Amino acid sequence: MADFKVSSREQGQICIIDVGGYLDAHTASELEKEFEKLIEDGQYKVVVNFSDLNYISSAGLGVFMAYVETMREHGGDIKFTNLKEDVYSIFNLLGFPILYEFFDQEEDAIKKFNQ
Amino acid sequence: MNLIENIEKKELIINSSTDNLSDVRAFIQAVWNSYGYDEKEGKNVVVSVDEACTNIIKHAYHFDTTKTIKIKVENKKDRFIVKITDTGSHFNPNGIPEPNIPEKLKSKKGGGLGIYLMKKLMDEVKYSNKGNKNELILVKYLN
Repeated sequence: MADFKVSSREQGQICIIDVGGYLDAHTASELEKEFEKLIEDGQYKVVVNFSDLNYISSAGLGVFMAYVETMREHGGDIKFTNLKEDVYSIFNLLGFPILYEFFDQEEDAIKKFNQ
Repeated sequence: MNLIENIEKKELIINSSTDNLSDVRAFIQAVWNSYGYDEKEGKNVVVSVDEACTNIIKHAYHFDTTKTIKIKVENKKDRFIVKITDTGSHFNPNGIPEPNIPEKLKSKKGGGLGIYLMKKLMDEVKYSNKGNKNELILVKYLN
């Protein structure tokens, strides 16, 4: 069974989701639950920190696709930080860098929200 | 899963459950590594086989965990071939159009990227259907 970890923390008005391990068709539902919780709480500014994520398949990307519009409709967004090269290359191959903002460091994504 | 035995036979049979995707990845990675090929290309093959099996679990078997998927690797001089067979609904990935991702975001839809990703990551994706058996062949050229 795939090992996947997801947790969230708050930094001011922004929610940071930390993901780790393997995000695939088996574990994507855990990430969906995290997004559902945020929407319930009216939290729409989201930074996803990928520093501990080793693997992503299209099922993982699908979660970010399904929720980003809801965040943007409420003045928020989903921004991505700290991706390993292999993980970024999957996002890149599918053209995500023109649809989402990617940052090297978490602070840079937070700064962008606070601008 | 007895990984060593699977690597020797270059074959893995799993029940159709997303719970087994981690075994599929470990198997493909191990077989690829046993030949000492480029690590980065191996990761691309691993993602592609994950996507192919995910697709079978969802669309060919509709999450029926009693069904099985067979994954067989053939290593040729100039190519690494993964043959994936199932007995579910027919599904030709080559009949699927390229996804419009901006459109999917607007309509809050998440799926439909796996086939496209698999085709981008592999050099050849072939599908055939014989009787009740579907066979998907993924090919990575070796330099």
